[in-house]
Amino acid sequence: MATATGTVRTERVRGQFFLPAVITGFLALMLGLLGFEQFLNAMTLGAIYALIALGYTMVYGIIELINFAHGDVFMVATFVSIAVSTTLLGQTGAVLDIPTLIISLIVLFTVTIVVMALVGALIERLAYRPLRNAPKLAPLITAIGVSFILQNIIQFFVGPYITNVPQLFSTQWAFTIGESRVPLLNLFVIGSALFLMVVLQLFISRTKTGRAMRTTAMDRDASSLMGVDINRTIMITFLIGSGLAGAAGVIHGLYYGNTTFTLGFQSGLKAFTAAVLGGIGNTAGAALGGFLIAFVEVGAAAFGFGRWGGAIVFSLLVVFLIFRPTGLLGSSTGDRA
Amino acid sequence: MSAAKGAPDLVLKATAITRRFGGLVAVNKVDFEIPRGMIAAIIGPNGAGKTTFFNVVAGIYAPTEGHIEINGKRLISPPTGASREPALLLVPLIPFIGLALYFLLVVGGLAGFYEGVLSVVLALLGFVSVLLLTIVRPLWYVRFIKRFGITRPARPNDMVEAGLARTFQNIRLYKSMTVLENILVGAHVHLRSGFLGTIFQTRRTRDEEASVERESRELLAFVGLAGTENEIATSLPYGKQRLLEIARALAGKPQLLLLDEPAAGMNPKETAEMTALIRRIRDEKNITILLIEHDMRVVMGISDRITVLDHGEKIAEGQPAEIRSNPKVIEAYLGRGAASGH
Amino acid sequence: MSTLTARFAPLRARSNAYFAQHRSLGVLVAVITIGVALPLISRIPPFGDLQSMNAWVNAFTIAGIYALLAVGLNVVIGFAGLLDLGYAAFFALGGYTYAIVASPFFDIHLPFWPMLIVGALIGAMFGIFLGAPTLRLRGDYLAIVTLGFGEIVPIVLLNADPFTGGTNGLGGVDKPVIPGILEFTLINPWPFYVLMMVMIALVMTVVFRLQDSRIGRAWDAVREDELAAESSGVNTVISKLQAFAVGAAIAGFVGVFNAAKLTIVAPDQFKFVVSISAVAAVVLGGMGNPVGVAVGAFVIYLVQSIFLKQLNTLVDNFNIPVLQEIDFLEFQYVLYGIVLVLMMLKRPQGIFPAKRRIRIFKDTVGGAK
Repeated sequence: MATATGTVRTERVRGQFFLPAVITGFLALMLGLLGFEQFLNAMTLGAIYALIALGYTMVYGIIELINFAHGDVFMVATFVSIAVSTTLLGQTGAVLDIPTLIISLIVLFTVTIVVMALVGALIERLAYRPLRNAPKLAPLITAIGVSFILQNIIQFFVGPYITNVPQLFSTQWAFTIGESRVPLLNLFVIGSALFLMVVLQLFISRTKTGRAMRTTAMDRDASSLMGVDINRTIMITFLIGSGLAGAAGVIHGLYYGNTTFTLGFQSGLKAFTAAVLGGIGNTAGAALGGFLIAFVEVGAAAFGFGRWGGAIVFSLLVVFLIFRPTGLLGSSTGDRA
Repeated sequence: MSAAKGAPDLVLKATAITRRFGGLVAVNKVDFEIPRGMIAAIIGPNGAGKTTFFNVVAGIYAPTEGHIEINGKRLISPPTGASREPALLLVPLIPFIGLALYFLLVVGGLAGFYEGVLSVVLALLGFVSVLLLTIVRPLWYVRFIKRFGITRPARPNDMVEAGLARTFQNIRLYKSMTVLENILVGAHVHLRSGFLGTIFQTRRTRDEEASVERESRELLAFVGLAGTENEIATSLPYGKQRLLEIARALAGKPQLLLLDEPAAGMNPKETAEMTALIRRIRDEKNITILLIEHDMRVVMGISDRITVLDHGEKIAEGQPAEIRSNPKVIEAYLGRGAASGH
Repeated sequence: MSTLTARFAPLRARSNAYFAQHRSLGVLVAVITIGVALPLISRIPPFGDLQSMNAWVNAFTIAGIYALLAVGLNVVIGFAGLLDLGYAAFFALGGYTYAIVASPFFDIHLPFWPMLIVGALIGAMFGIFLGAPTLRLRGDYLAIVTLGFGEIVPIVLLNADPFTGGTNGLGGVDKPVIPGILEFTLINPWPFYVLMMVMIALVMTVVFRLQDSRIGRAWDAVREDELAAESSGVNTVISKLQAFAVGAAIAGFVGVFNAAKLTIVAPDQFKFVVSISAVAAVVLGGMGNPVGVAVGAFVIYLVQSIFLKQLNTLVDNFNIPVLQEIDFLEFQYVLYGIVLVLMMLKRPQGIFPAKRRIRIFKDTVGGAK
């Protein structure tokens, strides 16, 4: 008995240090390989992928649906953020007044997140809930349909062009570390993404709703019998997932400065790959996968395979699905294959 | 290989079957054999491991220990040598990969590039074809890797080919297909027509289809479903769906038929008909039968031999009369107090 | 009167039995009827005013391409129940196979007819190539892997310039020739139209025959209940691979025709939209019903390429400022989305639900002879 507890404890201790050690090692390697600028670039891109991947992984964890429309929810978010910042500030460039910047950022994030959360929940209510007990292919096909509809709504109202997003951050603002310049924007992007992820983890692990989400993911019928309101829990999952995609949309706009209606398809597929890499259903894994994919993509570009970036990411997806469908970290909700 | 002289002709011989799920031992060292022509039953309280044992025999779960012979042929043993298989599979790829490396690295340049690409494509094709073997797992391949200490238990479809057929506790028909089509699927292993025969509708294919259709109709008549050929399977009443499932299993021309609670959910009249049918299957078609059943009237009425499982272990085996008075069985079913009070 | 009916009754019974046994003849009769009727219908006033006869015939030919793609994809989705979202990749592979061996690019000019078969075989090969590692996956993962494959193939075609001509693709692809009798041209749409009808008849016959065979029944069984199918002796892996291969073969077959018809192949022609339009056609027509999905594809194509285009000119004539701004052609993609969502929510079995085939007892037919 004592030895058994001992083993468990050593494993837990090893588990606690193993992952951070691997991550630190990986980051150091990447920093050395890519150079500081590309490293920062990859981290920022990774933050965006991670936020989108969280939405995929949460929805898949709870209703086992690959929410195809999720990438397009992210794409719509970039346009909503344009609308918000132009109404807020007019078509301006950088905001140099720091208090104004902070307030407008807060408003921008809040409004976009709320709007996208509502859009996500609406999609769930209209398109997925009626099919909850249908054969599995039905909601998947519906999700593809929703994805197409979202794309074309945007194309219809905005047009098939690349649209500029107002840049609130001045490029002048930057720190200097040694010889490298670290723009404030990058720090803000990475910081806000990490902040949201930590909040999400706390929400899932500490709150009653979070617990309901986890039990529903494990066994929907049982948790329904235990008094969990399944419809409400799934709705909340969509709210949170789409809200995070909303945040990712704002960040994408701030960082890249442009967007177009086809953005969601590619980013969505990459974020989904991230979710699979991390172990679909596992929120921490999805975040990790997001950064990993970003490093793969940026790395490929840095070594002159930029054109193959997409192909490499999809090949990675295929390889993972075939040889390790539970992902790097495995699913936290158990393997239901 | 085959049974020793004088020994009974065994259709099924299961030796020391154990199946664990994580820490739970669902079936524990069960020995079981059925001589040809017998109607044998397995009974036991809920969770005794009856269905798990069934699933091991049918090839759905691989056993953790033990092995199973059908007609003297060992078909199922625990999988071994999993790590050796990839290494073995790499062997046929070596020439392809060597060719690719030779062109890309040694010849080099543009001339080497095209041939190199070609060799890589060849290597990939080789890889996929080898991969196909591991997935499709034809019998000759299973036999081949056995020489290298790699065993792969037969899968359900292999077991059907070896002469075993089964029904399910909760009826699993092909819901949207017609009654006749359900039975035709059951006869799948006995049909040989391939793509070309089908596309060009050769004489052989047409003859095969005609004869299998005739046999299927005869089977329907045999179980008492004549006239329902073109109805959708799930439109049949419950009792008839059970009959259809049995007919589908019979279409595989099995030597051993596994029936998982054939009389579950039936009224007394239907149960009596089912009992008669099971007996007719044995008597008229010479098929050995192994059944799991909760309804004691059915079990006691038709079984030549009854095996009792409890907590995954075989606690008794014998003729119905013996089982009925066996104190261990009564204890398993009714608890210790009832046994001592009896 | 009654004597007359009585005299014809055995004849009718015999012809019914005959067609039940010879569905391929039924396909032939139907395709010939439709093939003749379509150009005639296009002369009837509302249609005839829209565009010229040749333009209609040309449109029907292209609609035929989409119909065949839907029929092929239906083997995978409707018969075997596997969602393939990268179907356009096989279409592309067929097209490129022909274009590489029949264009000025490598200055090889192999004849068209045998290449139809080669294209189908290449498609089937890649179908197995993709299916072998992935068919163990669960349905939704399979969908994603095929989607990934559908994305990778155009990227490879785009970047492997020495073989594929990169962005520009391969132009000047040879058109079919029947030596000494007929040369296909871009100006005259009729030969392509007739060829398309022949191909439809062929593919339909093959698909019907497969559906009615042990192979097709195994697909149905795998779709309905995989475990039960395995326990009925069906090797589910082989069965799924067969479905993948047949679907891919049909796409490759049509791909060769498409390359010859357009005389150019380029990565742009094989985007995700093509795969989705095929899925939409299958869902609209009714999964599992080859005729239904062909009609579905036909309808989708005609609506998007003729009706929406005409809507533009129509609206222009009315001089309503707001509506004039709209390019209705842009609605074709939203059309796919709406079709997918609405059909799944309201009528998942499609417009023409698949029906089981009624089998007549053949022994009576034998007795009547």
